[in-house]
Amino acid sequence: MSKQINVALIGNPNTGKTSVFNQLTGLNQKVGNYPGITVEKKEGICKLPRGVKAHILDLPGTYSLNTTSLDESVAVELLLNKNDKDHPDVAVVVSDVENLKRNLLLFTQIKDLKIPAILVINMSDRMSRKGISIDIDLLEKKLNSKIALVSTRKETGIDKLKELIADYKNLSKTQNVDTSVIAPEYFAKLRETFPKEDVYKLWLVITQDVNFMPLEKKLFKDASSFATKSKSELKRLQQKETILRYQFINGILKETYKIDVNAAKGFRATLDKVLTHKVFGYVIFFLILLTIFQAIYGWSEYPMDLIDGFFASATEWVKDTLPPGVFTNLIAEGILAGIGGIVIFIPQIAFLFLFIALLEETGYMSRVVFLMDRIMRPFGLSGKSVVPLISGTACAIPAVMATRTIENWKERLITILVTPFTTCSARLPVYLIIIALVIPEGSFLGLSYKALTLMSLYLMGFGAAILSAVILNKILNIKSKSFFVVEMPNYKLPLLKNVGYTVLEKTKSFVFGAGKIILAISIILWFLGSNGFSDEFKNAETIVTNRVNEQGFSSSSEIYFETHQNGLDINDPGATDQQKELEERALAQEIAGYKLEHSYMGYMGKAIEPIVRPLGYDWKIGIAVLTSFAAREVFVGTLATIYSVGNDEEETIKNRMAAEINPRTKKPLFNLASGISLLLFYAFAMQCMSTLAVVKRETNSWKWPAGQLVFMSLFAYIVAFIAYQLLK
Amino acid sequence: METTVAHLKRGQKGIIKEFTENLLPIKLLELGCLPGNVVELVQVAPLKDPIYINVNGSHIAIRREMALHIALDIIEDNVAI
Repeated sequence: MSKQINVALIGNPNTGKTSVFNQLTGLNQKVGNYPGITVEKKEGICKLPRGVKAHILDLPGTYSLNTTSLDESVAVELLLNKNDKDHPDVAVVVSDVENLKRNLLLFTQIKDLKIPAILVINMSDRMSRKGISIDIDLLEKKLNSKIALVSTRKETGIDKLKELIADYKNLSKTQNVDTSVIAPEYFAKLRETFPKEDVYKLWLVITQDVNFMPLEKKLFKDASSFATKSKSELKRLQQKETILRYQFINGILKETYKIDVNAAKGFRATLDKVLTHKVFGYVIFFLILLTIFQAIYGWSEYPMDLIDGFFASATEWVKDTLPPGVFTNLIAEGILAGIGGIVIFIPQIAFLFLFIALLEETGYMSRVVFLMDRIMRPFGLSGKSVVPLISGTACAIPAVMATRTIENWKERLITILVTPFTTCSARLPVYLIIIALVIPEGSFLGLSYKALTLMSLYLMGFGAAILSAVILNKILNIKSKSFFVVEMPNYKLPLLKNVGYTVLEKTKSFVFGAGKIILAISIILWFLGSNGFSDEFKNAETIVTNRVNEQGFSSSSEIYFETHQNGLDINDPGATDQQKELEERALAQEIAGYKLEHSYMGYMGKAIEPIVRPLGYDWKIGIAVLTSFAAREVFVGTLATIYSVGNDEEETIKNRMAAEINPRTKKPLFNLASGISLLLFYAFAMQCMSTLAVVKRETNSWKWPAGQLVFMSLFAYIVAFIAYQLLK
Repeated sequence: METTVAHLKRGQKGIIKEFTENLLPIKLLELGCLPGNVVELVQVAPLKDPIYINVNGSHIAIRREMALHIALDIIEDNVAI
């Protein structure tokens, strides 16, 4: 096998680095995480001329090699560490034609590390419109480097780039800037102490932790202790280095880069005037939000119904086709239900990320950050927390994933921790059925009590999120630089290819990341619900059949008959068959309910009854609360199984629930007190294992999801307890 | 009181003189916010924070607290540069 070339793509944010990556690798790419941290690792394979193959690594965007975040330090460490298996043979530095000056800062730093480097000047299609002309030959000479003029939009220049990469052995390794002039004596001493190492490399290692946390300095243990200068002195030297580099760059660009300032500048200014306007800016943002909501709630309903239907019939099919037994049940009720529970979220996640990708690609997202930052700050959040918090009203899973754009770790962590308080769509089925049961008819100022209750629940969710953010901001003692420098990129038409890749990639990472855990818990729940040790469980069929033969059907089945016998003509010869079928179904449902009551899950429900009784629940609701830990919407389905009514008939479940009597109080089990208590419990409790799984993945520790689970559940319990005791 | 980026009016320009706080993030410098460069105020969010500037061709938003540390000389005549 011929050796693969290692290529690192590096560049400032917003230079179209990802587009270059996509064009080089196509669909031959995979996204993962760097070991031990949550920084995204994108890599791919690219075929080069003359049969050479290249492994392309898309490094996180960075403005320089002076790291200020975890993402950037990943990039720097890779460039410094020759022993890393991904250490590049050649670095491709992507720049954009309009901000070439700023991009060259990073380029000169990489050149000075003596890594063969190719400069990609991207977005060259904008040159004529912006009145830019570049003397490429002269620039190549001045930088001692090869340049590829690329337009990912017009798909030009990529072949030239591939050619240059394949030919990497002929690239010059000369340095651009002699950094030692910023402190000649200091650098001389460095050279003396470490004669074998390159001084610039040493300098980078020493200054890494000035702005950020220390890198793992396996390579230069001694160098990091070479601290003859204080942090602020080093920082001043870094500033001097930056100024030195800009002097070099300005000198070069004066001869090679011409821009006609009068050429079109107006488009950006006009759009900015509207989109960041004190009034219109917010109005437009609000309208965009409404559209996103509509998409997530409304449009994704159709594919979700299809998926739901598909899994329902697949389950049917498995049960009908495979020989009955434990194995078939495991597939039908454990595995298929679990996979269904994952796949059902795909439309919402895909829609959300479609919009987020569009907003990012066009450059609008930075404007939202700009508009919202001041409003979010008192709560320990940043302007970048807005999108995740709003997405949380659809589903906390993509919302938590969307926090990746927040560089400040503390602000990001707070956002991750409070997002699950916002009312996600999975709470809706629970809310709707309980509200229908316990909230009385009537209206206030033309709004029905029911609608008002639903609205209050949404507001309470946001309130709880904001309130806990304030608390977390006070108690979390995390040192992370709270600087806020957001680049406002130029507006661009989104590249559909990039948007498509993003949607695909995020959806995939949800399905395979969080999906595994959801599937595992579904199987556990299935096992607990369909197995039991008692004789009642083992002989459920006989016991229930005997009981029905002796005492007739239970009251829930009677209700089931009533709702289904409407329109049944007794004189019709087919009626008896139908009646028979109904009775068969009712019997099966009663057996299922009896089995659940005596399964492990049933015993668990009875065991926790003392805990949930002060909230006004009985053991059946207790089980539903337990099972809905898998996902909140499971609540309704579980109650349906317990009350032995068909899963699909909401009206029946409601009637059945309304008829349920609390044996202690002799009053309806679902009354205003227990209903409100349930609503509040679901509003605040962390009833979602998928979210916990995602939080674990994003924070890389079980500590945060565990804390979230404990805090939110306790809070929910206390609030529900108070509500029930007051209203009872 | 020293004139800083935070004191610019919309559309007004100035030349950066110095930083009154030594520990300004290096990222700001890297983006071209260096003494001697021209800075133009593009937009200010409600409550005068954050501040959206164009410095040396880089369009960036910074918080007010940071802007207060970037001293400048206002270019009174808008056509000068």
